[in-house]
Amino acid sequence: MVGRRRPGWLWVAAVGVYAFLYLPLAIVVILSFNDSLLNAEWVGFTTRWYVMLFEDRALLGAAANSLFIALVSATGATLLGTMAGLAMQRCRSGLLRGLPVLVFAPVAMPEILLGVSLLLFFRQVLDLTLGLLSILIAHVTFSIGFVAIVVRTSLAAMDESLFEAARDLGASAWQTFRHVTLPLIAPSVVAGFLMSFALSIDDFVITFFVAGVGVTTLPLQIYSMIKVAVSPEVNAVSTLLMALTLTLITVASRLAPAALRLRM
Amino acid sequence: MSLLEIRNVTRRFGRLAAVDRVSLSVDAGEFFTLVGPSGCGKTTLLRMIAGFEEPDEGDLLLDGRPLAGIPPERRPVHTVFQSYALFPHMSVAENVAFPLQMAGTPARDIDGRVREALELVHLDDRAQHLPAQLSGGQKQRVALARALIGKPRLLLLDEPLAALDAKLREQITGELIALQRAVGISFVFVTHSQHEALALSHRLAVMNCGHVEQVGSPEEIYARPANRFVAGFIGTINLLPVEVREATPAALRLFAGGLGEIISTPQPGLCTGDRGTLALRPEQVRIIADGGDPMTENRARGSVRDCLYLGDVTVYRIAIAGGVVIEALLANRDPGVNRFLERDAPVIIGWARDSGVFLRD
Repeated sequence: MVGRRRPGWLWVAAVGVYAFLYLPLAIVVILSFNDSLLNAEWVGFTTRWYVMLFEDRALLGAAANSLFIALVSATGATLLGTMAGLAMQRCRSGLLRGLPVLVFAPVAMPEILLGVSLLLFFRQVLDLTLGLLSILIAHVTFSIGFVAIVVRTSLAAMDESLFEAARDLGASAWQTFRHVTLPLIAPSVVAGFLMSFALSIDDFVITFFVAGVGVTTLPLQIYSMIKVAVSPEVNAVSTLLMALTLTLITVASRLAPAALRLRM
Repeated sequence: MSLLEIRNVTRRFGRLAAVDRVSLSVDAGEFFTLVGPSGCGKTTLLRMIAGFEEPDEGDLLLDGRPLAGIPPERRPVHTVFQSYALFPHMSVAENVAFPLQMAGTPARDIDGRVREALELVHLDDRAQHLPAQLSGGQKQRVALARALIGKPRLLLLDEPLAALDAKLREQITGELIALQRAVGISFVFVTHSQHEALALSHRLAVMNCGHVEQVGSPEEIYARPANRFVAGFIGTINLLPVEVREATPAALRLFAGGLGEIISTPQPGLCTGDRGTLALRPEQVRIIADGGDPMTENRARGSVRDCLYLGDVTVYRIAIAGGVVIEALLANRDPGVNRFLERDAPVIIGWARDSGVFLRD
């Protein structure tokens, strides 16, 4: 290929950044295929840790919980976040002017703060027994902002006269939403759902505070496993989780490139 | 009874009246234009007719029935937006079918009518394309077909030519006139371009600062502007400050610094001493080669300050005594007149008594 040569230092910097980001993860992936109980040296290739995963009842139960929580909380966050995004775009004056900041704030809020405050809220205010419901509510809470950001960004990039044109040509407010607004924001809504799903399935800190004793999620289960030792099994489950998250984020960024400020 | 009646309509944004006590009427089958500089209130007025804004005062009546409180989707009024506002996720045919679907037209009728509408704008071969695959002119025509297919009583067009290049604009101007004649629907056209307003309209309203300055046919507006604003906005014009010397039913004698006495068409209600402006179109000013033109009662000596050659015509700026500069426009088809007019050449200009309009201050 004939092209302009990029300066060498740019390559060094790029490789450095990628190594910084992905080397630890790569080691986990490699070790998950290592035929040795100790994470010390490469012995040989195996998939037996993955086979073991699917025989570990506790781990499978936690994974099932995680998938269920991710599915339900992402659905809830997508519904609420989409409505918040629409409202932000529509009501840019008056009482709702402060809405964006309030919805986006949990995105930047330290997780530990959110975890503690949700715990207090559930126990002291709602007197809720910690468990599946409290985890679901918590996950919806921290995901709404992400969905709202993505949906709002895509709406802001659209020509507002599209929605006026629909009304002008005979569509009611609901028909305008169904035939024009929703199809146009659909990629962002799906991207928001996938992000929420990924956030939910990975979350440890907030879940740790609001899970109680009855329900365990995958990250909580992994944490309890490494308290004993970082077994090859942990490496294997981490690899799977990583693959899932990467896939979700890649698909989401393709659906709503502008919102995620990514080009792939 | 006119199709659309606008009665004393006012719309305020904060303390500013974007539209201030405007009254207008549009007849059935008419091509009516609202023209004025940006911020004159023409788009706000259009949005009130469409139903996106409600007037703070006054009434809008369509076919004699008040429009107040009727949402945009229930008004028999459709709009062609400046940005065209084609739905990007729908094909050309789906875009054009949209108003019919919303109106609950039976599916078996939709295809035929969409084809008809696309034929009307010469786009029947683009039915399956997405808007992103069309040129600016084609998008414009899809927007027209989409706005016309529901057979509205009134079609509103918000600067639909502004986004097109000059050549295409000229072509579509011609097509618009033919289209309006073919469908027989009243058009209300908004533009800031005096050329479009003159070329397209049966009647036009010149707007400024929320007011209507003058309503009339293009010929009336151009030949008899009601005030200095209209005179200056529509076409180019020489505005000479003058004072009334004598006003009789037979003639109006004016006095202008640098030019001396000017004879003009008599107007009722003027008295000696009234101050005003004489508005004189450049094409009404003659350049007299050897003093022999009996039609030009008004004469002045001057010299050519500069000239602008435009192909079909040449515009001369003639400096008269006392710092007065008069623009004269001469057709180039007659080279005999123009031949010796170089910079600083001494000339005599003249204009007939019925040229020019006296505008009171």
